[in-house]
Amino acid sequence: MDDFYRDYILDHYRSPRNFGTLEHADVAAEDINPLCGDQIKMELKVDDGVVTDVRFSGKGCAISQASASMLTEHIKGMKLADVAKLPKDVVLENVGIGISPTRMKCAMLGLRVLKSAAIGELANWPDEE
Amino acid sequence: MREAIETSSFDSLRMTPGDFPILQRPTSRGKRLVYLDSAATSQKPRTVIDSLSEYYEQYNANIHRGVYEIAQRATDAFEAARVKLARFIGAHTSEVIWVRNTTEAINLVAYSWGGENIRAGDAILLTELEHHSNLVPWQLLAQRTGAELRFIPVDDRGRHVLDDLDSLLDGCKLVAIAHVSNTLGTIAPLETIIPRAHAAGALVLVDGAQGAAHLPLDVKALDADFYAFSGHKMLGPTGIGVLYGKRALLDAMPPFLSGGDMIRRVGYTRTTFNDPPRKFEAGTSNIADAIAFGVAVDYLSALGMPSVREHEERLTGYALQRLERFEPQGLAIYGPRDPQRSSGVISFNFADIHAHDLASILDTEGVCIRAGHHCTMPLMEKMGWSATARASFYVYNTEADVDALCDGLEKAARVFRL
Repeated sequence: MDDFYRDYILDHYRSPRNFGTLEHADVAAEDINPLCGDQIKMELKVDDGVVTDVRFSGKGCAISQASASMLTEHIKGMKLADVAKLPKDVVLENVGIGISPTRMKCAMLGLRVLKSAAIGELANWPDEE
Repeated sequence: MREAIETSSFDSLRMTPGDFPILQRPTSRGKRLVYLDSAATSQKPRTVIDSLSEYYEQYNANIHRGVYEIAQRATDAFEAARVKLARFIGAHTSEVIWVRNTTEAINLVAYSWGGENIRAGDAILLTELEHHSNLVPWQLLAQRTGAELRFIPVDDRGRHVLDDLDSLLDGCKLVAIAHVSNTLGTIAPLETIIPRAHAAGALVLVDGAQGAAHLPLDVKALDADFYAFSGHKMLGPTGIGVLYGKRALLDAMPPFLSGGDMIRRVGYTRTTFNDPPRKFEAGTSNIADAIAFGVAVDYLSALGMPSVREHEERLTGYALQRLERFEPQGLAIYGPRDPQRSSGVISFNFADIHAHDLASILDTEGVCIRAGHHCTMPLMEKMGWSATARASFYVYNTEADVDALCDGLEKAARVFRL
């Protein structure tokens, strides 16, 4: 578990990327991990089905905040439909090494919020046919 | 040197490290288990663990009904445990009601006494540092009845501020207050609050989840009207706790749960109820755990609660002294910071390391602490803390455990490049 806190994780924790809020977000969601109180809010600008900008805000442990920060970098330029289908591996590749089961919820919080934002938005879209 | 300290600490309480089997087992990483989360639940001595299997292996039977030998033995052991608990807290036997835990005890009072006595416009006085278990039941009662909730404030060190107590007590029917804060360790000034509450015509329920386990207790001298506590925080098993209530109050209260064992005579349309305490013990009780709770209390009584208190006070003082050395690196210690005003709980944060990360790093060294909001979310919000780390002590902890905590903090500082 202590192997987990590598330099780039601490860097994302202390200097989170895309941290803040968007004035006119097209898509947003937030959630809280009630066990530990970690909070993440994700806000997205979506243009023609593609994520053009993203901000996250919240508070919590290095695992939840660094995971969310890395996710925001990953999804810029992605289709919203692909964001909705992001696999857990996206997070695990970044932070999965040595993480204990009890902390997995922290790691996955950002992804869960992001996907619920994307899925919720997609549900409002008219079918293409 | 550390060995010597450890031995002397156990000696002062006349116990041996071997009394607690779990503390003899190394962690999966081969570390000594350093258990500093007794405010969440305590470890159990061998005698308590053995008493559980003894019941199931030797005299498992239902109580208060069987005429055969093992049923009688079970009934005797169950009721003997009640006598032990009554003596332990200075109550009469009929005033000791078995419940699942502190939360259930508080709910029993909120529904039974509260339903009968709280009306719209009445006030219920709590404090700002209550555990959710001594807050949510009163919120629900207030919603059901139209009563008003008020709060005794605490200062930035988590100490009760009693300046406005008289006006807070005006129109108040009940004061519900934690004996000891599970988040900060603050000991409530009950000797001041209870007489003034009574003078104002209010009853007092004490949430003793963190009290009965750590402080010498005499509910009659304290003059508490209700006192609620759990077995698992005081060397006993989970799933068993006690509600103490003054007999006259219990007599006047309607039943909470109803069914078997709490009745005197049942007809198809009407029932007369048993006397307290059994009036409040519907259904087959948690027999094995009640008996084992009695054994836990035997263990604590043999140590002597004044010695337990002295041990924890000394250990808290030692821990505060050692933790203070991390303050230049950004360690923030919350709570009273006075071993005489707190009870074996130290809450802290370490620089910009989140409490959960700190707990994870300490876990790799076998050191178990709690991290989070400690089921006191309103207090955390008031204080502006999103989470804190909490180390809590009990009879089996030693200076060596505090040293292990500090070694773990040094490791955390390295891991986080502080």
